[in-house]
Amino acid sequence: MLRIDSLTTDHGQVRAVDHVSFDVEVGSCTAVIGANGAGKSSLLRTLSGLVKSSSGSAHWGDIDLLKLPTSEIVRHGVAHVPEGRSVIAELSVEENLTLGALWRGKDPDVAVTKSEVLDLFPRLGERLKQGADSLSGGERQMLAIGRALMARPKLLLLDEPSLGLAPIVIEQIFHTIDTMRKATGLTVVLVEQNAVSALGIANHAIVLSLGKIVVSGSASDIASDESLRHAYLGY
Amino acid sequence: MLKLIPRPLRTLIVIALLAVVFILLADRVDEYRVYQGATIAAYVVAIISIVLLTGYSGQVSLGHGALMAVGGYSAALVVQNLHWPLWISFFVAVLGAAAVGAILGIAAARLSGPYLAGTTLAFAVGLPSIANRFTALGGEQGIGYDVGLPPARFGDSFTQYKWLFWICAAATLVAVGVAIHISRSRYGRIWRAVRADETAAALAGINVARSKVLVFTISAGFAGLAGALFSTTVFLVAPASFSLGLSFLILTGAVIGGVRSIYGAIIGAFVLIIIPIIAETLSSGASESVATNLPAVITGALLVLTVLLSPGGTAATFEHLTKAIRGKVRH
Amino acid sequence: MQQFIDTLILGVSFGAIYALMALALILVWRSTRVVNFAQAGQAVLSTYIGLEIHRLTSSYWIALIVAVIAGGIVGGLVDLLMVRPLSRHSGTGPEAAVAPVIGTLGLLAIVQGVVGIFWGGEFRKYPAAFSTDAISIGGSRIPFSPFDIFIVAIVLAVMVAFGFIFQRTGLGLAMRAAAFGSEVAQLAGVRTGRVRTVGWSFAGSAGALAGVLITPNVFLAPNSLDLLLVFGFTAAVIGGLESMVGGALGGLALGLGLAIVLQYLGSSFTFMAAFVVLIVVLLVRPQGLLGKKGARRA
Ligand SMILES: Nc1ncnc2c1ncn2[C@@H]1O[C@H](COP(=O)(O)OP(=O)(O)OP(=O)(O)O)[C@@H](O)[C@H]1O
Ligand SMILES: [Mg+2]
Repeated sequence: MLRIDSLTTDHGQVRAVDHVSFDVEVGSCTAVIGANGAGKSSLLRTLSGLVKSSSGSAHWGDIDLLKLPTSEIVRHGVAHVPEGRSVIAELSVEENLTLGALWRGKDPDVAVTKSEVLDLFPRLGERLKQGADSLSGGERQMLAIGRALMARPKLLLLDEPSLGLAPIVIEQIFHTIDTMRKATGLTVVLVEQNAVSALGIANHAIVLSLGKIVVSGSASDIASDESLRHAYLGY
Repeated sequence: MLKLIPRPLRTLIVIALLAVVFILLADRVDEYRVYQGATIAAYVVAIISIVLLTGYSGQVSLGHGALMAVGGYSAALVVQNLHWPLWISFFVAVLGAAAVGAILGIAAARLSGPYLAGTTLAFAVGLPSIANRFTALGGEQGIGYDVGLPPARFGDSFTQYKWLFWICAAATLVAVGVAIHISRSRYGRIWRAVRADETAAALAGINVARSKVLVFTISAGFAGLAGALFSTTVFLVAPASFSLGLSFLILTGAVIGGVRSIYGAIIGAFVLIIIPIIAETLSSGASESVATNLPAVITGALLVLTVLLSPGGTAATFEHLTKAIRGKVRH
Repeated sequence: MQQFIDTLILGVSFGAIYALMALALILVWRSTRVVNFAQAGQAVLSTYIGLEIHRLTSSYWIALIVAVIAGGIVGGLVDLLMVRPLSRHSGTGPEAAVAPVIGTLGLLAIVQGVVGIFWGGEFRKYPAAFSTDAISIGGSRIPFSPFDIFIVAIVLAVMVAFGFIFQRTGLGLAMRAAAFGSEVAQLAGVRTGRVRTVGWSFAGSAGALAGVLITPNVFLAPNSLDLLLVFGFTAAVIGGLESMVGGALGGLALGLGLAIVLQYLGSSFTFMAAFVVLIVVLLVRPQGLLGKKGARRA
């Protein structure tokens, strides 16, 4: 279980995450929604050690996430796909994928993982030797997710996978995430602006505003609460 | 009280007071100290040239030793061949180095950080060997260049060293005054804006490239004067005086004093004078190789320690300290 | 014509060594965004260590291996002890921009001073692996010695080895990932700090090898490799400072170019030639021969 308790993160004077507490059950998906600058990315970046927390705690099982350097969390089954199609443009598609499983060393299962990922994203398979900089935006997002999946994570932290993608691609990616979670018991924390799609596949949801949790509950409740939608989700 | 006096006047007053102090000092201390005073004066100007460039535009040059050579040679040539008076040769030094600096600056304006450093490094390594090559430049022996004898009416007790010091100190005071004036002028503000954020400066209508070329040119002019002054203290201009080590040395002075601070240049110059003295004390009794190499080791160690411990240099550290103390008093 | 060809041949082995130095600078630049001016000092130190080992063992090969290993250790230490602490305070303003340049220069002064203290300032001769006399084929002398052949061969071998490591091994992938996308690399589990130190070590070894190879043809003194640094930097810039292949070509081009300058203008101008080449390349084609447009920004 992912257990976050009173987590607080500051960027200098700006308090980006303000005493946030929530739990995520193993095998479930929690959507984190909120306006621009609400602190969603900062929350995920704190969990993966890219920024330091000011106080509070975050545990994945019995692992203290706040104590681990970024390069180690993936060894404990936590993979983070940061905001903005984060692939390494100077590497080929295949190298980006290989990179994701590099820490697994000579594990023969890596080949299996790779074929699973390529099954999920066949377009990547057609472009393995191409430079990652030649991919379209949607393909890059697939590659970023694929890279994370190469680690065979137990917990996947996804930051706005729908950013800048066509609705059909968004739907496809969300469908993929949902299928994968159901099939493998993956735990997902899904940060999204696109609340409708996110709530559609999430079990739970929290709404952040100015770093604080303003609402939390089951995804279907939040999706159906009209006043909430008006106040925080803007539709 | 002081606030009532307009700023340029205040600067002038401070400089005049400094001049009086120097003159009095020169009469009190022994000859060797007087001579060192002249060297310090030359270093101050050299370091100011770095402060203007690095502190006001964020560019790093490892070639200012070579620009000093350009200044030194230009000055010496007009004295030697055209018999122009010394004070005019100082101007020639400024102009000669500034001209070369302008050319370098055009390249520099398009280069960031390490590219400029590397290119000016190549310049510093390359230039002295050119001087070696031409007989007009005196080859390895170089050409003589000195301040001459002091006017007879100053009396017998007025030694040549004292005269040297007077001239260097006077030139330096003028240079400091000009540097302070420049840094407070519109140009100083423009340069600081460029240093802080090139994109924002460009958006605000500043011609970033031209401003960088100008900084480099002016900085080179100061280096040229420093080169002439420096040459008077060794009585000649020769390739060996302007080694890569000199470029490093003045950079060290600037970094230790604080690359943003013109007053820091004075601290830096004193440190540069003290380094060999410390090295000499430390290496007394040790072998010759220790004695010759210790200054370099100390210089390097000071550079590394400064960037590691006090990136703003001593001037910034003083500023922090005084702020901290003032803050304490007020609370 | 014959003379011109001879001149070019003369430039090949020097060019190979410049390429090696360029490789050292490029490795560090890619991973750390620092031009390591201390590389000249590190190479000199390693070469003196090699010389010392040669005195003790009389074996060129043991000396070579020890020098290269020493270069690697020194390179790693420089990263651990100076560059890492330096990159920790991330300030802005001119100080932050100049700090790495100043730091590596300071280190250069320290290392050269310490070398001078231990070994003195006098010029020394470093042994060559093979004869440095020109070979003659069918009665005509070619200004290329068996040692030159060795230089070109070993540099080629090193380049191929580096190419293999970078393109074909996990370590190489990790190094490239850490250099080009540090955050993504960390998220993928790459221990970027260690990988970077390995890069500094590789660079230190390459620089040490360059020092050992060039000193039989010049002389060894505490600051005798400053020029190698300048030429290596020039070669790296010709190649665009990012690409190792570019650096190798840049080294070769510079070696040939300087040989021509040396032949027709004299040795005083070779130093200035490097400067002129730098200026021209940076103004005309700032991304280097092979670099992509817009790649250049510190
Ligand atoms: N590196 C940083 N330095 C300073 N402030 C930052 C930094 N990163 C984020 N912030 C600030 O922290 C707050 C939260 O930012 P964060 O990126 O977490 O928001 P977000 O919810 O992910 O927004 P978006 O939906 O636009 O991605 C914002 O006010 C932002 O300006
Ligand atoms: Mg965000």
